[in-house]
Amino acid sequence: MGITQLLFWLLTVMTLGSALMVIFSKNPVHSILWLIVTFFSISGHYILLNAQFLAIVNIIVYAGAIMVLFLFVVMLMNLNESSSPVKNKWLRFAGVISGGSLLLVMVGALKDTESMQKEILMNTGNIGLINNLGTVLFKDYVLPFEISSVLFLSAMVGAVVIGKK
Amino acid sequence: MTINHYIFLSVALFCIGIIGVLTRRNMIIIFMCIELMLNATNLLLVAFSKMHYLAASVTDAATTVGTDGQLFVFFIMVVAAAEVSVGLAIIVMMFRNTHSIDVNFLNRLKH
Repeated sequence: MGITQLLFWLLTVMTLGSALMVIFSKNPVHSILWLIVTFFSISGHYILLNAQFLAIVNIIVYAGAIMVLFLFVVMLMNLNESSSPVKNKWLRFAGVISGGSLLLVMVGALKDTESMQKEILMNTGNIGLINNLGTVLFKDYVLPFEISSVLFLSAMVGAVVIGKK
Repeated sequence: MTINHYIFLSVALFCIGIIGVLTRRNMIIIFMCIELMLNATNLLLVAFSKMHYLAASVTDAATTVGTDGQLFVFFIMVVAAAEVSVGLAIIVMMFRNTHSIDVNFLNRLKH
């Protein structure tokens, strides 16, 4: 077992464990902090796949911007413990059952597919570097790039309009 | 590593997100579970991109097959950032109106 495999399993356990902690911790602030751990381990997966641009963007955008936004919103509305009123046990049980059966169906359907044993190029290959990605982004995908800036502008206007009332 | 490790990891992460959406009633946690599902998709797109790059680089060493997959991940991140900013504004507005972020209070579409 090489160092790449060891790192893969370590990051996988970290990702799934912290994702489970996100949905099972009572305090929303703890959930946000566990979600930051999840994003960092997914960035570790990107680095393992040598997609270094996406790893850095993931840390900057998700862990840096989106999670700070979540933390601000949670801190703005001081939630006390009594604000979680009805706890329907059966509804929660049904949610876990349906999610678990989706997992079962997906694993069962994909387990014996013939292309499942294809190798992935780990930690080499330069398509994930900023040189290649920037060239393709500003040559072939320049129109979606500009449209996404319009999307950001409209999201900004929408957030201000909704939040101002 | 083979592709099935990444497929099973992404499926597990996606199902954890779905379980979170179905079981939690806190609106912020539901939003975070949506982020979790988006990240599962992103990870799978990068893994498929590297898989196709390996298959194409056997014949041509200077190929750039698989770049599109990583750019799609970039655009998904852009859309997720816009979605979260609008969604959190909606949550703040709803908290001002109902003084709660429980989604059970929203089931009547009136106040």
